[in-house]
Amino acid sequence: MTRQGSSGSPSDPQRRVSSPDAKSRPRAAGRGKRAGLAALGWFLALFVLGPLYIILINSFKSRKQIFSDQLGLPSSFSWAYYQEAGRKMDFGRALWNSFWEVAVSVLLIVLISSITAWALNRRHTRGSKLLFVLFISMTLIPFQAVMLPLVQYFTKWTIPALGFKMVGTLYGLVFFNIGFGLPLSIFLFHGAVTQVPISMEESATIDGCNRWQLFWRIVFPNLTPMAITVGILNVISYWNDYLLPSMVIQDPKLRTIPLSTFYFFGEFNIQWNLALAGLVMTILPVVLFYLFAQRYIIDSVMTGAVKG
Amino acid sequence: MQKTTTTGADRAARFRKSRAGRRRRDTLVFTLFMLPALFLFINVVGIPFLLGVRYSFSDWGGFGLSGSRFTGLTNYSDALQDRFFLAAFGRSFVYALFMLVFVNLLGFFLALLLTQKFRSHNLLRSIFFMPNLIGGLILGFIWQFIFSRLFTQLGTITGNSSFFFNWLTSDHFAFAALVIVGIWQQAGYVMIIYIAGLQAIPSDVTEAASIDGAGPWQRLTRITIPLMIPSFTVNLFVTLSNAMKQYDINLSLTNGGPGRSTELVAMNIFNSAYRYQDFAQAQAKAVLFFIVIFIITLVQINVTKSREVQL
Repeated sequence: MTRQGSSGSPSDPQRRVSSPDAKSRPRAAGRGKRAGLAALGWFLALFVLGPLYIILINSFKSRKQIFSDQLGLPSSFSWAYYQEAGRKMDFGRALWNSFWEVAVSVLLIVLISSITAWALNRRHTRGSKLLFVLFISMTLIPFQAVMLPLVQYFTKWTIPALGFKMVGTLYGLVFFNIGFGLPLSIFLFHGAVTQVPISMEESATIDGCNRWQLFWRIVFPNLTPMAITVGILNVISYWNDYLLPSMVIQDPKLRTIPLSTFYFFGEFNIQWNLALAGLVMTILPVVLFYLFAQRYIIDSVMTGAVKG
Repeated sequence: MQKTTTTGADRAARFRKSRAGRRRRDTLVFTLFMLPALFLFINVVGIPFLLGVRYSFSDWGGFGLSGSRFTGLTNYSDALQDRFFLAAFGRSFVYALFMLVFVNLLGFFLALLLTQKFRSHNLLRSIFFMPNLIGGLILGFIWQFIFSRLFTQLGTITGNSSFFFNWLTSDHFAFAALVIVGIWQQAGYVMIIYIAGLQAIPSDVTEAASIDGAGPWQRLTRITIPLMIPSFTVNLFVTLSNAMKQYDINLSLTNGGPGRSTELVAMNIFNSAYRYQDFAQAQAKAVLFFIVIFIITLVQINVTKSREVQL
């Protein structure tokens, strides 16, 4: 099939018919081909949507129906299983725990990693370069390599008189979250700081800004897009994290969403109708967050991955 | 700073005069700004990592170092003689290999498909990415229902019970289930990165190639793929390290079962410590795990970097 000379108008009929491949010539793709591509896309999407649909319809079924018929629609529609699952999971409390644990962790990591990245970027000494490389290379250490000593080491960080302890509290979890999230966040901010013109910082300094004001008034506003990216990436990883919280939280009242889901499943594995209602409830906040911030999330993942 | 005699000169002069002092003060101030991060980092990652290496050479029981004795390489030789550990490590490699191939094939294909101009391509991107936002633990539970309940019923309906049965009760099928759920989770993620890569290829390059007579397949293999090497680097690294560290799906989908036949290395380390109460040996395994991850990452970065094409 020769393509020479067919680079003319998009309406060139030969081109429209002859190109079996739409990969690199979107404009030439005919209506039929576009429909074909869309059909292929939606067919593949069924593999993503199918399981979610199955979970959703089965979460309304009675225990009897869920055993005999997993494909059909529920014969009766009832919120009863949701109420029961919500009560047994202590869903409201878990949601609140997750929410504040994630919110505080993300807020603090954005503040701490941005100022650290700036300080590392603006000092051109051997020490700051070494420190930066050290921070980044820490991403090579898998969590499994530090998890056992971590728990043992922080168990000693306790002030019984004040009721302060690092292992077994949500603020302790926040502390660990930030520690593990720092390398990637610092790395991302470090790249963004390079884009901030130094001349701007110099003139602000001449106008009498001290370093602290300089960062928060001049530099940080310029880092807002990256702050959103870092924030979203960390929200995703903290919200879904199971292993770390499972090692440091024992009190059922402090369980986050992944923890309460896990314990709930352990208890009610046979009662699928309850378990599925619980699953739908845990997925719902994620789906809402996705619908609300979809564009930001996808953009964040792109920047995070390409620069990470 | 250049010399200036215009208005505002006094400020500039003051700024210039104090530069040496300012520099010293700057170092102090910048160090202060870094302190919170340093403090967190040293305590959360640094010290536990060093302690972990130390414990791996002792008969540590999960509590303090005092009371534990230095035992040399005993934990390492025990770990290397633990056939469950070696099997789990090997299984993780196989798992990572499957993930590397299938996640990237599917992700790249989806990216090619969804960078075409047709109506619902944005909506489809969102759909394929969605599983990535739902954590691995919850994905595993969702699929546990599909593989154990729905598949049993499909077997009854279709009469094909050699394919549609409870996959989680058979070694090989349970492992396949882990791979499938892993692909389901990761393909949308690498797709996003491939889409970013594809969109960064200037259209005049591919157009010039097609004027020069390059067919679609040639354009894909000679132009698009070489220019996409940075995206491949990122994605291969991401899939490999995610697969080697996989724990959540392993826990919620199969919990290592049936028996210990689908136990991946991360789960083996966790279970040695908490189920079998051998903290020192678990820590030796964790150090070995770290070394392997470290080597793989360095090798892979070097291999893919050398093939990179600059525009």
